[in-house]
Amino acid sequence: MTYIAKPKFHHPGLKKNELGYTHRDYEGKISTLCAGCGHDSITASIIEACYELSIEPHRVAKISGIGCSSKTPDYFLGNSHGFNTVHGRMPSVLTGANLANRDLIYLGVSGDGDSASIGFGQFAHSIRRGVNMTYIVENNGVYGLTKGQFSATADRGSKSKKGVTNTDNAIDLVAIALQLGATFVARSFSGDKTQLVPLIAAAIGHKGASFIDVISPCIAFNNHAGSTKSFDYVREHNDAVNRLDVLVGRDPIAVDYAPGTVQVVEQHDGSKIALRKIDADYDPHDRLGAQAFLAKHAAKGQIVTGLLYVDPDADDLHAHLNTVETPLNTLEADTLCPGSAALDKLNASLR
Amino acid sequence: MSDKKPLSSVNDFVVRFANVNGSGSASANEMFARAILRHGVPVSPRNIFPSNIQGLPTWYEVRVTEDGHLGARGGVDMMVAMNPQTWDKDVAGIEPGGYLFYDSTKPMPSTKFRDDITVIGVPLTAITNSTYTDPRQRQLFKNIIYLGALSALLDMDPKLIEQLIGEQYKGKEKLLSSNVHALHLGRDWALQNLKCPIGLRVKKSDKVGDRIFIEGNSAAALGAVYGGATVCAWYPITPSSSVAEAFTAHCKKYRHDPETGKAKYAIVQGEDELASIGIVIGASWNGARAFTATSGPGISLMTEFIGLSYFAEIPAVIMNIQRAGPSTGMPTRTQQCDIIACAYASHGDTKHVLLFPEDPAEAFEFAAAAFDLAERLQTTIFLMLDLDIGMNHRLCRPLKWDDSKQYDRGKVMTAEMLEQGRDFGRYLDVDGDGIPYRTYPGTHPTKGSYFTRGTSRDRYARYSEEGSVYADNMQRLVRKFETAQDLVPRPLQANAERPTKYGVIYFGSTSPAMDEAIGLLEARGHQLDRLRIRAFPFHSSVASFLAEHDFVYVVEQNRDSQLRQLIVNENGIDPVRLVPIVHYDGTPITARFIAKAIGDHQDHLKVTPLRKAVS
Ligand SMILES: Cc1ncc(C[n+]2csc(CCOP(=O)(O)OP(=O)(O)O)c2C)c(N)n1
Ligand code: SF4
Repeated sequence: MTYIAKPKFHHPGLKKNELGYTHRDYEGKISTLCAGCGHDSITASIIEACYELSIEPHRVAKISGIGCSSKTPDYFLGNSHGFNTVHGRMPSVLTGANLANRDLIYLGVSGDGDSASIGFGQFAHSIRRGVNMTYIVENNGVYGLTKGQFSATADRGSKSKKGVTNTDNAIDLVAIALQLGATFVARSFSGDKTQLVPLIAAAIGHKGASFIDVISPCIAFNNHAGSTKSFDYVREHNDAVNRLDVLVGRDPIAVDYAPGTVQVVEQHDGSKIALRKIDADYDPHDRLGAQAFLAKHAAKGQIVTGLLYVDPDADDLHAHLNTVETPLNTLEADTLCPGSAALDKLNASLR
Repeated sequence: MSDKKPLSSVNDFVVRFANVNGSGSASANEMFARAILRHGVPVSPRNIFPSNIQGLPTWYEVRVTEDGHLGARGGVDMMVAMNPQTWDKDVAGIEPGGYLFYDSTKPMPSTKFRDDITVIGVPLTAITNSTYTDPRQRQLFKNIIYLGALSALLDMDPKLIEQLIGEQYKGKEKLLSSNVHALHLGRDWALQNLKCPIGLRVKKSDKVGDRIFIEGNSAAALGAVYGGATVCAWYPITPSSSVAEAFTAHCKKYRHDPETGKAKYAIVQGEDELASIGIVIGASWNGARAFTATSGPGISLMTEFIGLSYFAEIPAVIMNIQRAGPSTGMPTRTQQCDIIACAYASHGDTKHVLLFPEDPAEAFEFAAAAFDLAERLQTTIFLMLDLDIGMNHRLCRPLKWDDSKQYDRGKVMTAEMLEQGRDFGRYLDVDGDGIPYRTYPGTHPTKGSYFTRGTSRDRYARYSEEGSVYADNMQRLVRKFETAQDLVPRPLQANAERPTKYGVIYFGSTSPAMDEAIGLLEARGHQLDRLRIRAFPFHSSVASFLAEHDFVYVVEQNRDSQLRQLIVNENGIDPVRLVPIVHYDGTPITARFIAKAIGDHQDHLKVTPLRKAVS
């Protein structure tokens, strides 16, 4: 067999969350990605966030496109349904799934090739529609699965492993998501779990289109000098605007914070995001300000991370379409079919 | 002076209106067709529109047919020539002995007419201008005025037209009375100044019965409502857009919760066809009934996803309202040219279920059935309409629904079944019919979850590229397709009066022309058994029909005889025995065309017509 299942056995003393699930209940198959791949760290952060939030694993639907990043949903939440769709088309499949059953949690996982190249349109439109989802791009600036071609997020002037210089401008998905009206926008780094875990948790609690761009170095093809998506480069140029903590009426997630001001944002689902601001002037409620801030720092070669924008009162596509609260996939003939009497009337009007 | 006696016929003729797009003539022309229906006389109207852009020519043709021939007839007995741009072609298209109706405000020189037709001039612009000052009113009422004049010329009952106007402008008294006034302006002018009626006449009859008058696209959309579709994602493309538009209208009427006013459906206009089919697949994966409507170019874009639907076994319904290709081809012309593209859509080895409704009534039935089939078979189902049925009103039997009907949600394993310990393997062939069980996401905390992918996997949905595992899966998909044969609508056979070695196969919108052609062929002495194919995969009766006849004509509306190709390919029969009869100029196939093509071939074969014995 060409798959690897994790053994079910686990230590009886493992810590349990509020629902009585252990960390292991949020794991999936053993990863087949390269050892050290940034994507595996993101997987670990997703597992951690879901464990901390005490989500029922099977109430999550994990949907991805095609790429190394898109393989990762197989490596977390083994008891939930996953869907590895086609290259670049995760957003439409997720949109449809969400329309069918608004009661599940939708996690979209994609790569920068998947979302910024072939799937750029679908990325944009799912965000502008306000689909209630957590959309994570595992951004390594290259096509990992097809062995190292530049992706559309590769910075102009950055070098490939073979020494080729990228001459095209880069697409900044965060800037685009802000422009398109995403109501939760963040950037993080796969090597910074302390920042990433609460960001994912907050995004899951957010009702509306949440977008997180996670810089996730590809150690096989894009972790060399000259790359702007390597571990070293990101560590050196990372400029965090805030650190956060998510409170869901329970214990806050324990993480270290740099000292700073604290701002609490309450979201639709009752969860509270405690933002410890590193940049005291940064206001995550100001979409235009966030766009300007981002552009200013990008020009200096800095990678701004943290929660860049949130609209705590956001609503979603279901609200826009005014759909019933009951999931559409549970409706049957008795509520959907107008019946023969209506048809007779219609027939009569068509003569 | 006329070289030929003017045509004379009661309840059997063709009127064609030549208009300029945007002149507001469509509703007057449609009212003309409906008025004839109200006389109890069947009609078969067709829109002929090269493009939807303002100012370009459009035609609307009404076949008045007491005998109920609903296919296009070909030829024009009376031309209502309202478009100077197309005048020459319009005049040339009139049958010898036919009539030309035109606006004689500025009389045409006689060189612009023909000797063998009757020219009827009505100074429409002069009448309109002397009555109305507002330019838009002048334009709109001119149409009603010619409708009035025609009613006198064709001996129609004005009360019936007034009734229709009354229904159209119910509650808008001012519009109602002004339209009725315009109608009488035209009618009275004709009665006072022309010899009325002419040779073509409408006489009250009782041949319409309880039949209804509806467009195929609207009927298909209604089928989706009755069939329980809750998610529709689409991207505009002629001639399919009106499916989504009609679905929206039907849903607004039937699908809002009376208490909360909330919608029991979701309609998304996708950014393109890729997104539309993606949304359908996502929704169906998650257990909702979902569909998209498109046309050829949209199908091309969707093919990658169609392969995913086939291989990952996710239900999807695609309504393909066919138009002439390849590429943008003739976007507003009809054809049946996506048969092969749909049957084998996508890369690798695939086969898909196609349904071929013949008219709106079947479009309704098959559309509803498509959702049962999609969920039962967990695959894409194509509803294959075309512009000719989709965008034209057709007379058809009333739509019927059995209230005891429950939706067939297919093989879905529930939390209870999983609790009872049922073995769940997403791609296990438990029942030997090739159809596995699925679970919806979120079903059970620990059982029944799986990973869906377009990549090869084993029976338990575990990624595997082992050759034997892959082949096992592909063979099961073939088994599933065989199962489909007995689930899809069966072909319908109608035998000739006398035993014959010749047969004819046809499908979809060709139906009414075929029915009429059979009569014409019989009159020439040719007997043919008929088989109307209603779905792919082909039922075993198709093979039997082929075996029972020496030659079988396959009549279709595309260049390459695509259905014939499919039959040859799937039934492994000698192609020589299948004679292609193809019509592909973008106009609907006619009985005259079929009868001539088959008749000539029979003559060429030296088939001796079995003439009736002469006493
Ligand atoms: C239609 C189509 N075109 C091309 C491919 C080949 N392909 C597979 S993955 C991939 C790029 C993946 O890059 P990215 O999304 O950045 O993910 P990564 O592997 O870097 O995580 C490509 C081009 C495909 N699967 N489908
Ligand atoms: S190729 Fe790059 S992206 Fe793919 S698994 Fe290896 S390190 Fe990760």
